[in-house]
Amino acid sequence: MLLFIEQCLNGLQLGLLLFLLAAGLTLIFGIMDFVNLAHGSLYMIGAYFAATFAAMTDSFVLGALLALIATFLVGVVVEMVALRRLYGRDHLDHVLATFGLILFSNEMVRLVWGPEGRNLALPSWLNTAIEIFPGVYYPTYRFAIIVVALAVAGFLYVIVMRTRIGMLIRAGASNREMIGALGINIKLLYTLVFGIGAALAGLAGLMQTPILTASIGMGENILILAFVVIIIGGIGSIRGAFIASIFVGLIDTVGRAFMPDLLKLFLSQAAASTAGPALSSMLIYLLMAVILVLRPEGLFPAAGNR
Amino acid sequence: MKKTMVAAGAILALTAGSALAQSKSVKIGFVSTFSGPTAVIGNNMRDSFELALDHIGRKMGGLPVEVIYEDDGQKPEQGKQKTEKLIESDKVDFVVGYIWSNVLLASLKPVLDSKTFLISSNAGPSQIAGELCSEYFFSTSWQNDQTPQAMGTYMNTKGVKSVFLIGPNYAAGKDMLAGVASTFKGQVVGQELTKWPDQLDFSAELSKARAAKPDAIFVFYPGAAGVQFLTQYAQAGLKGQIPLYTAFTIDELSLPRQKDLALGVPGAQHWVNDLPNDANKKYVADFKAKYKSSPSFYGAQTYDAVGLINSAVVAAKGDLTKKDVMRNEMRKANYKSVRGPYKYGNNHIPIQNFYLQDVVKNASGELVLKTVATIVKDSQDNFAAKCPMKW
Amino acid sequence: MTPHLTARNAFIAALVLALFLVPVYAVWIGNNFVLSLFTRIVILAIAATSLNLIMGYGGMVSFGHAAYLGTGGYAVGILAFEGVTSGFVQWPLALVVSGAIAFVIGILSLRTRGVYFIMITLAFAQMIYYVAVSLNRYGADDGLTIYRRSQFGGLINLSNKTVFYYLCLVILMGSIYLVWRIVNSRFGMVIQGSRSNDRRMRAIGFPTFRYRLACFVIAGMICGLAGVLLANHTDFISPAMMHWTRSGDLIVMVVLGGMGSLFGPTIGAVALLVLEEALPYVISVAGRVVTGHDVATAKEYWQLILGPMLLLVVLFARGGIDGLLASLRRG
Repeated sequence: MLLFIEQCLNGLQLGLLLFLLAAGLTLIFGIMDFVNLAHGSLYMIGAYFAATFAAMTDSFVLGALLALIATFLVGVVVEMVALRRLYGRDHLDHVLATFGLILFSNEMVRLVWGPEGRNLALPSWLNTAIEIFPGVYYPTYRFAIIVVALAVAGFLYVIVMRTRIGMLIRAGASNREMIGALGINIKLLYTLVFGIGAALAGLAGLMQTPILTASIGMGENILILAFVVIIIGGIGSIRGAFIASIFVGLIDTVGRAFMPDLLKLFLSQAAASTAGPALSSMLIYLLMAVILVLRPEGLFPAAGNR
Repeated sequence: MKKTMVAAGAILALTAGSALAQSKSVKIGFVSTFSGPTAVIGNNMRDSFELALDHIGRKMGGLPVEVIYEDDGQKPEQGKQKTEKLIESDKVDFVVGYIWSNVLLASLKPVLDSKTFLISSNAGPSQIAGELCSEYFFSTSWQNDQTPQAMGTYMNTKGVKSVFLIGPNYAAGKDMLAGVASTFKGQVVGQELTKWPDQLDFSAELSKARAAKPDAIFVFYPGAAGVQFLTQYAQAGLKGQIPLYTAFTIDELSLPRQKDLALGVPGAQHWVNDLPNDANKKYVADFKAKYKSSPSFYGAQTYDAVGLINSAVVAAKGDLTKKDVMRNEMRKANYKSVRGPYKYGNNHIPIQNFYLQDVVKNASGELVLKTVATIVKDSQDNFAAKCPMKW
Repeated sequence: MTPHLTARNAFIAALVLALFLVPVYAVWIGNNFVLSLFTRIVILAIAATSLNLIMGYGGMVSFGHAAYLGTGGYAVGILAFEGVTSGFVQWPLALVVSGAIAFVIGILSLRTRGVYFIMITLAFAQMIYYVAVSLNRYGADDGLTIYRRSQFGGLINLSNKTVFYYLCLVILMGSIYLVWRIVNSRFGMVIQGSRSNDRRMRAIGFPTFRYRLACFVIAGMICGLAGVLLANHTDFISPAMMHWTRSGDLIVMVVLGGMGSLFGPTIGAVALLVLEEALPYVISVAGRVVTGHDVATAKEYWQLILGPMLLLVVLFARGGIDGLLASLRRG
């Protein structure tokens, strides 16, 4: 039972991290109708920036803040230079163009930082485990990720639901033409949304770095998970993305942890321990397929979007 | 029309082929990983290979040596394609390299079918030591199970009663965990295979390991994954609670990034940088001088590959068509290996010593790997009996 | 479809002719690798052509098309491993299984639209991928070497590289012809009509769901055949055959070459894969010219060039390479 609680926390942590990625992705998708495969590259760039800046400033927190700003700027520049020309084009054009961007940014990172990846050492106050229940130890840093991500989620909620910018964003997600007609500076809004999405992806990336280290191609696998999240949640819906990401995180981790044991009831030890991880990786996709069969537009489709 | 053209072309190709056979150089194809996070390993191997060639004046038996490096991207399919290119397009005389067992297994057929010598300077899957053994295959490394077997033996001497095994789910990962389990006399209380090379978050596995309350944890995570594992092991607060035993997880390439986390974590290895033989001293010193970094066991095995090939070419007096002469010479392992002298088993896998290595701080405060003890002498792999080859 | 001598038609004719002459060239320079490379290109062009049928003409963007490549390949690999090497058993079985899988996926997916369709096809492909990963007996993650290619009882020898290449090429031409026939049939008109306005097609009285499903299954079977060829070509199968990045590659080939164009996917496959081989070489030559000495590592950065090239194609060549060729006449 204690193990189960611990695995749920692991799942929650993964889920919240996915939310940070998915929130940006779903906003960019919902508002600009733009499929950004290079979102994972921003995640990677955030990680590398954090490792570099933290080493330069000798401070984890300062390094993280600088990386956040830098990733935001990279997002803004990429949007202004290349991607803005692609709004209104076919989704497949987006796919091809951002696929090109992935190749480019992977190689660029290799050129700048070398192939071996970068570490980000935790300050000692984060590099321990705390006893959250009697007998349940949990890494302090993972706990910190949960707290930060929840805070960001709350912050996003306030922005989207309570501010003028948020109102425009919501309006954009449900009716793109309308905000143009209102005389809003759409170009600026788009650039801003893209930059925020980039910063969120960068935040996810930099928070993963102390655990996973920064490495080339780290964005591609998690990108697919983030897409799964926004599809399950319904494109353009931050609330949907939040619920779906926690769902996906829990299913992935808990499945990975307990599936092999469950299978051992039916299969041999060896067969169960290889089939287990494979089957639990499959669970997420099974979930997505079932949801789409039953609800072809996700759980919380943004009104009027397609 | 087409037939005549094909026939004409075939004649041309034949003449071109015989011209190639007379061209005086030793062509070596080198397949390793030069892109992605594990390119560090491939680069260390390439550097060692180049250094070894420098040491013999870049000539073997009087012939100049030409090396063609190809990147397998850590993918079996890509490795196989590059290997085929080396065989068919570059028509190499030897193929060397291969970090990953699954890449080697995928690439085996085209090399052996063409009767070209393949020298694995790292991967040693159980199949190639057993039923797939070949007279055109040699290893300058080990069979996957051997190193963890030595670790299992060492854990017995340390009085470990129960162990939890964690490793990646691919050919070598499965071999490694099986290897430990085969010599370890205590109880294996749990085993986790993780998705490779994608999965880098081991939170679920570490939680399970802690809950199983073993005396020790054994892991195998080569390359960057070793850094990630050690980091997360420390973050989970397991350091100091459950001791860690490793194979191929801490080496000179990962140590600069693992830093103090690796202190006091033992590993088994057939080569350590401080082995006291002359060939090794020269290799380590010259490597450090030339590349301003430390050689690793991956590099050491690759350095040895040059010695092995050179001995064969010299024995054949530069006639690379004399495959039998070359094979017989290589079977003698008649060159100065940086691990010290060793012999070949009937399956062309080395019979060699395995040492216990530990991470310590040297006089100037740097972290270094150090030989602590000899765990097993003249260890031979368990699959040699399954290999039908006799000589 | 009356052929005019436009730049585009001349280019396509030259490309087809060149493809037919590849083995001659390979013999000429005494280098089998060229043949091997082009066999791979032709096989992937078959897969891309089948994807184009549903994507370019039917508007069904499948992000899981590599699943059929894997299904076809695994049918051959598993049967060969179990001792059944007859192509008369392997090939039809592979087609039937790919068709059946496409049928199930299609029935469940075709109710969704747009990006949701993209993702549900990805979901099913990932499930099949993970099934392959869990097949311990057949190598799981590591894959399986095929020691004997499909046997056709002396009728045709697949181990002969030239024969095998021409077989693949004939199948590619056959697939293109089949797509052409489909697209210009009544069936094809319904498919294309449904892409632009499904509701109207249904209102006229066409059961478009069944039409689209049939189209989806046909594409799956053609791609399954490509998988059969790929397994025979590489003598090796592994889950990597159906990794989602492979599905992505196929989409890139189709979009790069030209969606909804008969020869577009072939052009795209040739362009992408030839660039993959040629760019590293070009870079290392350029590096030698510029710096005066060998820069062995420079060629590993070829994707640094390829990435922006793809971006430029999207920005400046609507309709891919084929679209660019077609605009030459107008311009």
